[in-house]
Amino acid sequence: MITTSELRETFLIAVAALRANVLRSGLTTLGVVIGIVTVTLMGTAINGLNNAFQKSIATLGSDTLFIQRFAWFSNDDWRVVRNRRPMTMQNARDVERMATLAAAVSVESNFGGTVTYDKKKARGVWIMGNTDRSIDVRGLSIAKGRWFSPAEISSARNVCVLGNYLAERFFPNQSPLGHRVKVNEIQYEVVGVIDKMGTFFTGFNMDNQIVIPVTRFEGDFQERPDYQIIVKVKDVTRLDDAEEELRGIMRKLRRIEPGLPDDFAINRQEAFLNFFRAVGGTIAAVGLFITSLSLFVGGIGIMNIMFVSVAERTKEIGIRKAIGAKRRSILLQFLVEAALITLFAGILGILVAWPLTLVINQFMAAQMSWWLVAIALLVSVLTGVIAGFIPAWRASNLDPVEALRAE
Amino acid sequence: MGSEVVHALRGVSLDIGKGEYVAIMGPSGSGKSTLMNLLGCLDTPSEGEFLLNDKNVATLNDNQLAEIRNREIGFVFQSFNLLPRSDALHNVELPLIYSGVAKGERREMARSALAHVGLENRMHHRPNELSGGQRQRVAIARALVNNPSIVLADEPTGNLDSRTGEEILALFDQLSRKGNTIIVVTHEEEVALHARRVIRLRDGLIAVDELNIRYRTAPTVGGGISPPPIA
Ligand SMILES: Nc1ncnc2c1ncn2[C@@H]1O[C@H](COP(=O)(O)OP(=O)(O)OP(=O)(O)O)[C@@H](O)[C@H]1O
Ligand SMILES: [Mg+2]
Repeated sequence: MITTSELRETFLIAVAALRANVLRSGLTTLGVVIGIVTVTLMGTAINGLNNAFQKSIATLGSDTLFIQRFAWFSNDDWRVVRNRRPMTMQNARDVERMATLAAAVSVESNFGGTVTYDKKKARGVWIMGNTDRSIDVRGLSIAKGRWFSPAEISSARNVCVLGNYLAERFFPNQSPLGHRVKVNEIQYEVVGVIDKMGTFFTGFNMDNQIVIPVTRFEGDFQERPDYQIIVKVKDVTRLDDAEEELRGIMRKLRRIEPGLPDDFAINRQEAFLNFFRAVGGTIAAVGLFITSLSLFVGGIGIMNIMFVSVAERTKEIGIRKAIGAKRRSILLQFLVEAALITLFAGILGILVAWPLTLVINQFMAAQMSWWLVAIALLVSVLTGVIAGFIPAWRASNLDPVEALRAE
Repeated sequence: MGSEVVHALRGVSLDIGKGEYVAIMGPSGSGKSTLMNLLGCLDTPSEGEFLLNDKNVATLNDNQLAEIRNREIGFVFQSFNLLPRSDALHNVELPLIYSGVAKGERREMARSALAHVGLENRMHHRPNELSGGQRQRVAIARALVNNPSIVLADEPTGNLDSRTGEEILALFDQLSRKGNTIIVVTHEEEVALHARRVIRLRDGLIAVDELNIRYRTAPTVGGGISPPPIA
């Protein structure tokens, strides 16, 4: 066994050796530093993506099916699918009537437009058409006022509910309720404000929205709006059954001959999940590639410097062995030295990566976590131990008489 | 290493008993240091065998040899072999570190070993801040700090003035009286006089192996030395 006094000696030697060669050791650590920077940045980015994604995905709802013209993230040939017929309001009404596994059905449409109040003008606002059921289907909560009534939807009243950001912007010091805002020159009375929703992981500000009755879409903005039918199922464990039921209903409503493909898509949260996994996987693959490459190059550098260190201290090794140091003591001495070099490189890497994660933090809520720091330090120490092993092994096997003869 | 094979020692056959005090003499290059390296378990013979405490050293593994060097043998090297970046105290502590003596006790032992060689006020000097004789004394203190049963000293008084040299030799005499085995390489006849037995090497061969002149003429007297019988 290695005693504590010997361990202490081992550390003192390693620290003394490092202090004697700060510059030399510093230069060779560059590869390890780069490796650690990449691994921490990658970890932080994936972590941030994960956080943002978890939050955004909740707004989609795991128990929700989206009947739309196009599939999310699909590789469908655009030339084939672009001519698909839009979803109609009638489709939506029929689905609501026929779907037995649905808890609630909402019809939505949206586009980007300009909203004005007095002399204030907001461009690029997410203008949504919703029904009275949308509040449940979308899982929204109301901060002020109320949501639409069924009567307001069926009679297509000029009412609206504002997103939190838009409400703050137009009505900083007063209640927006009862005021009229204009969407494309048509006036809508504000009846409610939605709670703060945050940012979708794509960077889209979901609070910059205005909701109006979907029944106003056709007249006010578009000849034939492209509706989407959103279905909240009763039982999330029967999501597949619900999807099959909806598929059948839709095929019947749209009179698709058996054997012909659907001319619509039923999307769900999972598509985002898969997409996200692919993105995260790509980041991880690229990051790991860069990390392992730079750690490899850095490791070679460390191995080199340890060979130099062993050569320079051959005499010292001889003295220690002559006095009773065992092989493992010498081995440990040089392993600790190599590990300390790479540990410092790791700390340096983290210090470099830290401000960079703050930059990432501008785009998504990403923080360098403690476990990531721990892993990075562990990886750097391991690099040192692996890279230093051959030199240390060689040192420990030196013949004492030969070593003593060295200068 | 040249292409010519050098036989630093050949046909050397000798037997040194426990507690003996032996002086090894001979001209430069005659193989004295080589012999010491063999006796100190640093080197192994390319031919022939060396038995230590009836054990063939060739059969021992690296760790066992390291342990013997650490606990049984105190080696004073001809060229001192001190760690240049460590102070005198740490150099003397080194064998104790490798035998796992705890810090407080270790410090105490190293201090007293340094005091024994008259260096109590030079403990925190590095080798390059010490004179040749002081370095030699640090090397001696390091060799003796672990209370080894065998002391191997290669020219231990080579760099000392006669008075300090005498002090060191008195230390060896004292150790010899306590029953330690002492083997000293020297080229000074006065140093060899302290030993009971003198071995003279020439070109790697034992030229002479005899009792010291004092013991031949008057075996029971001689500076209070009462040597044990030769094994
Ligand atoms: N590694 C080696 N390679 C070749 N020859 C060596 C080696 N070590 C020692 N020798 C030779 O062995 C012979 C004995 O050397 P050694 O060091 O034992 O002499 P010594 O008696 O201690 O001399 P000195 O009194 O000068 O210290 C010398 O001729 C030397 O050149
Ligand atoms: Mg010699």
